[in-house]
Amino acid sequence: MREVRLMKGNEAAAEAAIRAGCDAYFGYPITPQSEIIEYLSDQGRKRGMIVMQVESEVAAINMIYGAAGAGARTMSSSSSPGVSLMQEGLSYIAAAELPCLLININRGGPGLGTIQPSQGDYFQSVKGGGHGDYHLIVFAPASVQEMADYVYLGFDLADKYRNPVLLLADGALGQMMEKVIFPEYDPKQHKIPKPWATTGKPAARPPNVVTSLHLQSEEMEKINFRLQKKYRKIEKNEVRYELISTDDAEYLLIAYGLTARICQRVVEIARQQGLKVGLMRPISLYPFPYEILNKLADQVLGILDVEMNAGQMVEDVRLGVNGKIPVNFYGRMGGIIPTPEEILQTLQKMMKTVDVKEKV
Amino acid sequence: MTENLIDVDESMPTNMVEEYLRMDRMPHIWCPGCGIGTTVNCFANALDQSKLDLQKVAIVSGIGCTGRVAGYVNLDSFHTTHGRAIPFATGLKLANPELKVVVYSGDGDLTAIGGNHFIHAARRNVDMTVILINNFIYGMTGGQVAPTTPVYATASTTPHGNFENPFNLPYLAASCGAVYVARWTAYHVRHVTKAIKEALLKKGFSFVEILAPCPTLYSRRNKLGDGLDQMIYYKENSEVKNDVDTKTVGLDFQGKIIVGKFVDKDQQTYLDIMNDYYSVKFGDKYTPYKG
Repeated sequence: MREVRLMKGNEAAAEAAIRAGCDAYFGYPITPQSEIIEYLSDQGRKRGMIVMQVESEVAAINMIYGAAGAGARTMSSSSSPGVSLMQEGLSYIAAAELPCLLININRGGPGLGTIQPSQGDYFQSVKGGGHGDYHLIVFAPASVQEMADYVYLGFDLADKYRNPVLLLADGALGQMMEKVIFPEYDPKQHKIPKPWATTGKPAARPPNVVTSLHLQSEEMEKINFRLQKKYRKIEKNEVRYELISTDDAEYLLIAYGLTARICQRVVEIARQQGLKVGLMRPISLYPFPYEILNKLADQVLGILDVEMNAGQMVEDVRLGVNGKIPVNFYGRMGGIIPTPEEILQTLQKMMKTVDVKEKV
Repeated sequence: MTENLIDVDESMPTNMVEEYLRMDRMPHIWCPGCGIGTTVNCFANALDQSKLDLQKVAIVSGIGCTGRVAGYVNLDSFHTTHGRAIPFATGLKLANPELKVVVYSGDGDLTAIGGNHFIHAARRNVDMTVILINNFIYGMTGGQVAPTTPVYATASTTPHGNFENPFNLPYLAASCGAVYVARWTAYHVRHVTKAIKEALLKKGFSFVEILAPCPTLYSRRNKLGDGLDQMIYYKENSEVKNDVDTKTVGLDFQGKIIVGKFVDKDQQTYLDIMNDYYSVKFGDKYTPYKG
């Protein structure tokens, strides 16, 4: 049933997980995402879910490995240090081609770091934090509404591609309260058959084996080719982004998640000052929207990439732009959230240098 | 520096434990009524009484409320990864066997995520003292259930009560090979001090569990009053049973608390066993490891 609620981002993700028919959640406390496990411990358990607070994130990701192998809709959530602990399991789950959903409410690092918001886990999320050639499908919500929306989509795409899906948000998105609309969603209509699951072998079919071990190199390479083919399909079908005021833009801001929300304000202020600034917000970080970015690079004079890290997504932006125009970067770290004013100042500074280049 | 709110008589003798603490870091972060500070006071007294050379003592903490202890004591200290204080301490001890290594951390840190390391350090009898503050809950992250939370107790992740069996920690430590095992509460300050002193002077894996009130999360959620009420509970419900079989010292929700020194035995430590083993194996060719 459709419902409108006022909730924290963490709670919205948890509520969406229940509505999406998540069978089992395994997690471990860590700030700033503990509301997810706390919400599920109450509401999820009442509504028939397995919700376990386990002994570590290593245990959680391996319980997910097991539950996903058995065909369940399963998920976990954590924050940066906890997600680091899960990387081994994620590599195995990706290799064994099992569906699951993971939410990372990114906090400042490296190390134990801070509990304030950060986007320092971009590399870990999209370039493979674990070992081997694998990808997670990565979405970056930018509102409490999207924290819920991408849980539904995440479960559906995980099942469709038999691949782990990661929602990469941050401490601010997890903690802030906004209106959220939960749509009509019947899990029964979305849960697809999983004939590969280890549900117990009937006499008529050969055993289903969940494994990531293939000692013959030829066999291992074959599996890698199969995985890569799947990733190309994902790159073709699942790119998602949002364009704001880009139609006539001469300068482009690029940001995801929380920083995209801030940059939206920068665009508003800049436009009031008569500056033709637009914003591109990648929603899928893997697959990254290279193509549209390359097209935009033909239109604008310069790009400012804004992140709450030392410059991680900017590498993908530069790949997309492919040297056509200057790509500048502005970032804050360690839990500091940039203000629209400081971004605008950087943008204005950049515009001057870009203009000069054009005249030369 | 915080402003002095009361007049301080400079001629008054300072608190004897101050030299063991980093007073520049005060006030500490612990809540009013929390038992951790009391145990730190006992630790400082135990250090004093043990006459250990403070230049040869290192303290290691994990993460959480108790994990902050390492930052408040005036010793070389290490604030490590969540759950990994014991492997860190093992590396420290083996690299520098001259050091007295103390691990000071909480129940969640040492027995949930760190449980695996706890049992293996005890099994190997690595020479270290583990002081575990058990407040039955995850304090720092907001009151989630712990592997020590008694059945029926509520926590933020067991809002309808806990149904999982908690650890009996003295039994766990003893069965894995700890050479010294004691349990006291934050009420038993003299016993805690004596136990820590004995543990510090013991060669091998020594373990002291101290029950401590968490009024902000555990007591409040379970309607058990404030810190003082928990102290009264400890006082009225503790029963001293030295040398009792640790199998029998499990804890129930607000039930009887068996306290005492349960294990005190002599056994070769990891490094001693290693050196002896290789001395027999390789004879004169072997140079015993001394760090």
